[in-house]
Amino acid sequence: MELLEHLQVGFASALTWSNVLYCFAGVTLGTLVGVLPGIGPVATIAMLLPITYGLPPTAALIMLAGIYYGAQYGGSTAAILVNLPGESSSLVTCIDGHAMAKNGRAGAALGIAAIGSFFAGTVATLVIAAAAAPLAELALKFGPAEYFSLMVLGLIAAVVLAQGDILKAVAMTLLGLLLGLVGIDVNSGEERFTFGMPQLADGISFVVISMGIFGLGEIIYNLERERQKSREVAIRGVGRVLPTREDYARSWKPVLRGTTLGTVLGVLPGGGAMLGSFTSYMVEKRLARDRSRFGKGAIEGVAGPESANNAGAQTSFIPLLVMGLPSNAVMALMIGAMMIHGIVPGPQVMGERPELFWGLIASMWIGNALLLLLNLPLIGVWVRLLAVPYRMLYPAILLLCCIGVFSVNNSLFDVLLMVGFGFLGYLFIRLRCEPAPLLLGFVLGPMMEENLRRAMLLSRGDATVFFTRPLSLTLLLMALALVLVMVLPSIRATREVAFQD
Amino acid sequence: MKLRILNRRDAFAGALFLSFGLAAGFVSSSYPLGNAMRMGAGYFPLLLGAVLVLLGSAILWRSLRLYGERVPDEEAPALRPAACVGAAVVAFALLVPQLGLLIATVVLTLVSGLARSDLHVRELAVLSAVLAAFGVAVFSYGLGLPLPVLPA
Repeated sequence: MELLEHLQVGFASALTWSNVLYCFAGVTLGTLVGVLPGIGPVATIAMLLPITYGLPPTAALIMLAGIYYGAQYGGSTAAILVNLPGESSSLVTCIDGHAMAKNGRAGAALGIAAIGSFFAGTVATLVIAAAAAPLAELALKFGPAEYFSLMVLGLIAAVVLAQGDILKAVAMTLLGLLLGLVGIDVNSGEERFTFGMPQLADGISFVVISMGIFGLGEIIYNLERERQKSREVAIRGVGRVLPTREDYARSWKPVLRGTTLGTVLGVLPGGGAMLGSFTSYMVEKRLARDRSRFGKGAIEGVAGPESANNAGAQTSFIPLLVMGLPSNAVMALMIGAMMIHGIVPGPQVMGERPELFWGLIASMWIGNALLLLLNLPLIGVWVRLLAVPYRMLYPAILLLCCIGVFSVNNSLFDVLLMVGFGFLGYLFIRLRCEPAPLLLGFVLGPMMEENLRRAMLLSRGDATVFFTRPLSLTLLLMALALVLVMVLPSIRATREVAFQD
Repeated sequence: MKLRILNRRDAFAGALFLSFGLAAGFVSSSYPLGNAMRMGAGYFPLLLGAVLVLLGSAILWRSLRLYGERVPDEEAPALRPAACVGAAVVAFALLVPQLGLLIATVVLTLVSGLARSDLHVRELAVLSAVLAAFGVAVFSYGLGLPLPVLPA
């Protein structure tokens, strides 16, 4: 059994005292920050990144992955308790989760979310472990043309899923791709877009962009908005945490369906946690005998989407780990973190660093188990955290961003650049331009150019190569189908409804 | 009858993307272009810049209409938060090498506190002390980042 062997390698690496400790620290910190209203996983990972600089690569990745699920789970807690989703994947949890909280059943909602997530996380871990090796073999068959087409598909999928205006999201992606090209061109040695500044020769640091836009930009926007809007009051009483027998009877099928949907949809380029949770909510609503319960505190509407978003969060690691391609902004951050630690993500990681690869996968299950242990007893603490006023929080976030950027190179230039991106990020939020596609484009920019160049060189300048190779053609047809889906008015209307809820 | 700007936000966003695209195209046309088989340094960025120009124009065009309701403007951006956050971060980076992490953190907290119109002076003072202690304990001692703690 190859699978067991791999898992054994993984658990041997992930179950050392220090790695369990880092995993624990990761999920705790992630939940702690993720539960704060308005701070999603991307911002959480970006601001906690500096904590992992000094760690060995395996420990750093285990901790970052832990921060990710922690933040995800914290976001759901905030969604249920105060109806403030930290990020888009917990949007649907707000609907029935918050309704349950209003009925005094917040505890049961949080409990079923934790249990469903744990089950989904376990299944997703096994799926990743089983699928990783065959997929990596497939990935080795990918030529530059296929890689290029896959990236096109991934970027288009990310745009379809971005909230708001599609045209603006595509423009943000392109801007990201361009920003990714700043620095010395590896093929010709030509300096591009550096304007004679030697600090830009190595390109813009990925930490600078993510902390500028997702850290400073968000803070400036929140400070401005806070003047008009008073904060919602957190609910005090949580009620019984463990779900009742009836809750389990209602929930086990949604959990199973949510897990399946999340696992499958998470693998898709551009997918991740959100797609799964939306689909799961729609499926549960459609299958329910009494649809009128939805929106008024139906536990199925919490159990399904929460399982789906956790499964999706995990399986979205598959494209990153086996091909080195990030499928969403969180994975773009993970790829940046890997590069900071000197690991070039791609199909070769599995063979060259098995302890890191399988250790990370095994740690996903450990992280989920820790989350379950951590969350159920500590719900009272999270509730109190929700009441911390923003005026105490943002200086702390600023400090983390400053230390994070400054300590990479001890460079004043990087800090100034971060401030610049902070202003730009604020401007984008004001103009309703979603910044996540920009980050994805930024990470994919150099890879896309490299693969386009290689593909065109191999085909002697014949652009039809992207359509004559069957795999590449399939990927491009999928991208085309997505574009058609965006344009069709009926589907566009549904999409708008889905984002409005 | 004249063309009106119905959505100022989109008009501004479109113009922004348009100018980014033009700038990128202009700069990259000064790099060797090469050909489709051997792409030079300017080929891909020029391509991206061109598409960005198209998209920016489309977004700008969409915001202009002869008829229709105007999308109401939001209130003007407040400069105080942006200025204070920017100043706090820059001050931190300038102070750390000479005066150390402790003092730089206190300054960062106090300056960023000015971003809000309702000042809680005592609370801010306590917060700056807590953050300074936390930063030094976690980053300098705990994680061993090479940041000086005290004035050199």
